[in-house]
Amino acid sequence: MSFQDPFNSRRALGHGGCSCGQHTSEAEHQLALSTDARMQRVVESAVVRALFPQDATRRAFLRAVGVSTATAAISQFLPLGSITDAFAQGAAPEKKDLKVGFIPITCATPIIMAHPMGFYSKQGLNVEVVKTAGWAVIRDKTMNKEYDAAHMLSPMPIAITLGVGSNPIPYVAPAIENINGQAITLSMKHKDKRDPKSWKGFKFAVPFDYSMHNYLLRYYLAEAGLDPDTDVQIRAVPPPEMVANLRADNIDGFLAPDPVNQRAVFDGVGFIHMLSREIWDGHPCCAFAASKAFVTEMPNTYAALLRGIIEATAFASKAENRKQIAEAIAPANYLNQPQVVVEQVLTGTFADGLGSIVKQPNRVDFDPFPWESFAVWIMTQMKRWGQIKGDVDYAAVAKQVFLATDAAKFMKEAGLPVPTSTTKTFSVMGKAFDPAKPEDYLKSFPIKRS
Amino acid sequence: MATRSWASTNVKASLVSVIILALFLTGWHLAVGGTGPTTKMDPEYAKLMGITATQGKSAMPGPMDVAAKLWEHLRDPFYDRGTNDKGLGIQLAYSVARVALGYLLAVLVAIPVGFLIGMSPLMSRALDPFIQILKPISPLAWMPLALYTIKDSGISAIFVIFICSLWPMLLNTAFGVSSVRREWINVAKTLELGPARTAFRVILPAAAPTIFTGMRISIGIAWLVIVAAEMLVGGTGIGYFVWNEWNNLSITNVIIAILTIGVVGMILDQGMARLQRMVAYAD
Repeated sequence: MSFQDPFNSRRALGHGGCSCGQHTSEAEHQLALSTDARMQRVVESAVVRALFPQDATRRAFLRAVGVSTATAAISQFLPLGSITDAFAQGAAPEKKDLKVGFIPITCATPIIMAHPMGFYSKQGLNVEVVKTAGWAVIRDKTMNKEYDAAHMLSPMPIAITLGVGSNPIPYVAPAIENINGQAITLSMKHKDKRDPKSWKGFKFAVPFDYSMHNYLLRYYLAEAGLDPDTDVQIRAVPPPEMVANLRADNIDGFLAPDPVNQRAVFDGVGFIHMLSREIWDGHPCCAFAASKAFVTEMPNTYAALLRGIIEATAFASKAENRKQIAEAIAPANYLNQPQVVVEQVLTGTFADGLGSIVKQPNRVDFDPFPWESFAVWIMTQMKRWGQIKGDVDYAAVAKQVFLATDAAKFMKEAGLPVPTSTTKTFSVMGKAFDPAKPEDYLKSFPIKRS
Repeated sequence: MATRSWASTNVKASLVSVIILALFLTGWHLAVGGTGPTTKMDPEYAKLMGITATQGKSAMPGPMDVAAKLWEHLRDPFYDRGTNDKGLGIQLAYSVARVALGYLLAVLVAIPVGFLIGMSPLMSRALDPFIQILKPISPLAWMPLALYTIKDSGISAIFVIFICSLWPMLLNTAFGVSSVRREWINVAKTLELGPARTAFRVILPAAAPTIFTGMRISIGIAWLVIVAAEMLVGGTGIGYFVWNEWNNLSITNVIIAILTIGVVGMILDQGMARLQRMVAYAD
């Protein structure tokens, strides 16, 4: 993947690639324009036909007053523009039967719950949510087009777009699924070793190399002075195998998605050392992702699907709905976990594994807005740990993959507060991150690979 | 007299089998029955924990748990509660269908090619290096390549079955055909049989027992591989069932799956053995 030189004044950067500035490329602009124009034409002719049932009268009227006067006269009484808009909103999806892949973890809550709770069918879609064995499989099945869209870890669409760990294919993440909601869980035998400085030689598991879990764990360890590549072992283990491995003493702990952490507590094999929100409050975890091709080839289907998911996310963001959601997604068809475990994760009232009940309503939260700054931070960590090398056009890739404008549109419809900007600053373990200066941020870390 | 002693050995053997089973089940029951040390817990806290943590119950289910769960599955083997939750019977049907399809494709390729290799020393030598290299490859190693090129996980699983059932059949067919007795072929020549008639009337029946041995080995391997393949690609099948239940750390269901996999594998093997006996002949 090569990006245009951002410092070339004669060039427009990635996103502003078309004449109106709303589309990534001129071709996409044309496509969007032509569908809009067609829609407008359909509405106009229906209105005019209704006004002049006899074609001869219509022609005589147009000849007599001229086209522009006629249009103006008609639109005065009938707002053609808003009719066209209303029509576009109800535009039928190109494809109704969709397959969306997911990994059985609570991060996928909006994607999963939209099925039993009817958020997809409300959009006129017949979505099959398919449980998938692991991140590599979900990536391959989405790239094969067996799945139309999928639940992915938020760094994955970036990695796929950049061609890291796979062939480069333009991917997009129009919505974040959840924020927070991960935890570091340690084996019971380490209940006295709460200081990360004493973790030298530990074996950790994370769900995937390109995951927030990997970057957060590495960040946390590095802040404690441990080099995550040499002082400890970090391996990618599929979430279902983590508890079994912890029980078998193959690993000392993991930074994992829920319900894995709570399940380890539930089975008495581990305790929750810290929630990921204590590392970075409000960090993104998983995303709803699709190929760029899906978005451009089936814009109405994409819009309907995204609208369904964002409405589900809005529903999930309300604390009072969480118990009901836990009941809907715990059965074998979805997460296949005891309901009491899922409930503890979603409500934030949970057993910590050491004998006390913790009440933290923000343990997991749902906010679909794909901040471009999240993508920039992810890329700084990819570069920090040597997953990507050389120059990275942070802002352009972030804009290309994290479709903040699309999310904003549907968030407004769903009644969620919409941010006015697509970037923001935040701090990770007390250290401020400015998305405008990713390279400086990267340079400030003493432990890094590049 | 001879039949009576045979019958009595049979009875004795069954008796010993039953005793072994009973010993095993009792041992299993006793081993998992006890409760481990428990710490005193606040009742509010205990409500949030599982029974392994609160009562110190072993994470391993006992034979009674497994039997109860098995009965539940057997009572309703064909339920369908959505894409990701189907009955044991449906999952088995998916797996058997995949194995059947991949296996039949392998038969269609392996037997003609095996014939060719067996009848022509030239082809035998020419193809030998390829077969020797391809044969020892673990079928699952093909999976990423298959997923990448075929771009369909369902067909990839069938391809993996195809590739793993191919080699035993191919080699056994080639061996069976090449070791048909010279005299029989010479007799066919004397009787002026054409090559096609020689192949079908003389060589095929003569090589059939060896070919069927290969087919029996293949079906065993195919059944071994399907479980692993389905665990990898997911979706449907008994392998997916194992993975899904492991996901829920439900050892009871995993044990049930292991039992059913064993029973179905045995049925497939015995079916092939019966076919093999039908084509056997005394020399």
